[in-house]
Amino acid sequence: MLAFLTFFIKRLFLIIPTAFGVVTLTFFLIHLVPGDPVEVLLGEHALPADRQALQESLGLHLPLLEQFKVFVLGVIQFDLGTSFYSGKDVTSMIAERLGATVQLALAAILFALSCAVPLGLWSALHKDKWQDRLALTFSMLAFSMPSFWLGPLLMIIFSLHLGLLPVSGNESASSIILPAITLGVAMSAMTARLLRASLLESLASDYIKTAKAKGVSLKNIMRKHALKNALLPVVTIVFLQAGALLTGAILTEAVFSWPGLGSLIVDALGKRDYPTIQGCVLFIAFVYMFMTLISDVVCAMIDPRIRFSKGK
Amino acid sequence: MLSKLSQFLIPAVFIFGLVLVFQFLNADPFTIHLESILNAPSSAYWLGTDELGRDVLPRLIDGVKVSLTVGVSVLLLAGTIGVVIGVVSGWYGGIVDTVLMRITDVFLSFPGVLIAICFAALTEPDVKNVIFALGLMGWVSFARLARVQTLSIKNLEYMQAAHLGGVGTVRMLSHYVLPNIAAPLIVESIFTIAGAMLSEAGLSFLGIGIQPPDASLGAMLREGARYMLMAPHLVVVPGVTLMLLVFSLNLAGDKIRDRLDVKC
Repeated sequence: MLAFLTFFIKRLFLIIPTAFGVVTLTFFLIHLVPGDPVEVLLGEHALPADRQALQESLGLHLPLLEQFKVFVLGVIQFDLGTSFYSGKDVTSMIAERLGATVQLALAAILFALSCAVPLGLWSALHKDKWQDRLALTFSMLAFSMPSFWLGPLLMIIFSLHLGLLPVSGNESASSIILPAITLGVAMSAMTARLLRASLLESLASDYIKTAKAKGVSLKNIMRKHALKNALLPVVTIVFLQAGALLTGAILTEAVFSWPGLGSLIVDALGKRDYPTIQGCVLFIAFVYMFMTLISDVVCAMIDPRIRFSKGK
Repeated sequence: MLSKLSQFLIPAVFIFGLVLVFQFLNADPFTIHLESILNAPSSAYWLGTDELGRDVLPRLIDGVKVSLTVGVSVLLLAGTIGVVIGVVSGWYGGIVDTVLMRITDVFLSFPGVLIAICFAALTEPDVKNVIFALGLMGWVSFARLARVQTLSIKNLEYMQAAHLGGVGTVRMLSHYVLPNIAAPLIVESIFTIAGAMLSEAGLSFLGIGIQPPDASLGAMLREGARYMLMAPHLVVVPGVTLMLLVFSLNLAGDKIRDRLDVKC
């Protein structure tokens, strides 16, 4: 337990320099890229006095390093600034939209796992036979499928021709189905392949041989011995992928007009709403970082070898 | 053996076939035929026409060219930066390694596409900036891979022998390290091309990549989605093409990985 705690605390402290790096990179990326928000807000023919007034009210007249200091101090207090357009503070804008995106991401994970587990099991049980190849080809196809193509395709089939599901928006409960499938497909492919690999590894291990020698049935071997151990890497990848899903949601939300974080970013990008872009990017990066942290910790909890090697 | 070879050849045959068709047809991707707007595929227009009456086939081929250009350029940019950082980091170790790996960690904690989206949206949208945006994030995986590989061979006997034999650092890195860590990097390269092509299409789909009137698979999908009901071929054609391209690259990458026996 002590070893685990030291590992956990060390890992937690390691996040501080990374977090600072993330904040720095976000800020400078957005501020050093050419393009003047004042010009976008007021148009090209604005009076110099107006421009200056706006610059001052937005805090853009300060030297870059000064702006950076203000930004960092704000971030520490969970203040991501106020939007150039709506005048609302970015933190509450994110909070408003977050629910829809989390919903979508959870539904996508659910879909991905409910496809990946049977598919992975099936292809591991039929290793190198046609079933395995079929599953492999299927997951490769799913992995190569751009979400902004799969989305319209599903819409054409299920909404327009069959009339089963709503086209876009999120008015009814069933409208989450198509976006969730679109977002989850790539993840399901990846997870299925990972599960197959780790199942095969676990099936080849000594404890499975022992179980077989004891006369345990294949079904019980799968359920009680192989699957449990093989699911460990899957748990890790789910956490890691959860962060990536937030980014994938940008395109999916654009396709389905889903009112989440992704459409907030796309809107803000069009308007060059720096504080909102900055806030959203930072937020997603932090979520991503914490998901990595959690997956590391879960790994260490499950597998003592990891915490001992890193805990030294 | 033949079936294995054919799998390698799928992308090549596909791409060369397209280019050949294009040379043969000599159709222009920008000519507007107002009398035939949103035509379904026919003998005159093999893949139909779009909302301005432009022939879809030459536009598709232009789009594939853009896709491949972006894919290969991103690979060159990301691969060069990544391998240099990774090899230097692994070879020198110590403080150099720590600093470079901290920087890599920071980049790694960003989802790559997010940064590419921001960069592309805030700069002038054109091919150059799309390549730069995707390359900016793509180097990280090369750096990590190259570092791990360098570390694993750095202290092997033949390296020590070369070192004792008086081989200089530069020659050491270029003639001893690089060839021996190449296999996983080649596999990563193929996946990078596929990923960059998907990302470019994604950026163009959001309207922040390749701009009209230039054709790109993503932009074609974006425009086509509006006419989905009347002319489904506008969504189906570029979508299938993009998927097949990415699929055959991923398949080839997978096969090469198995062949070279690389674990990554």
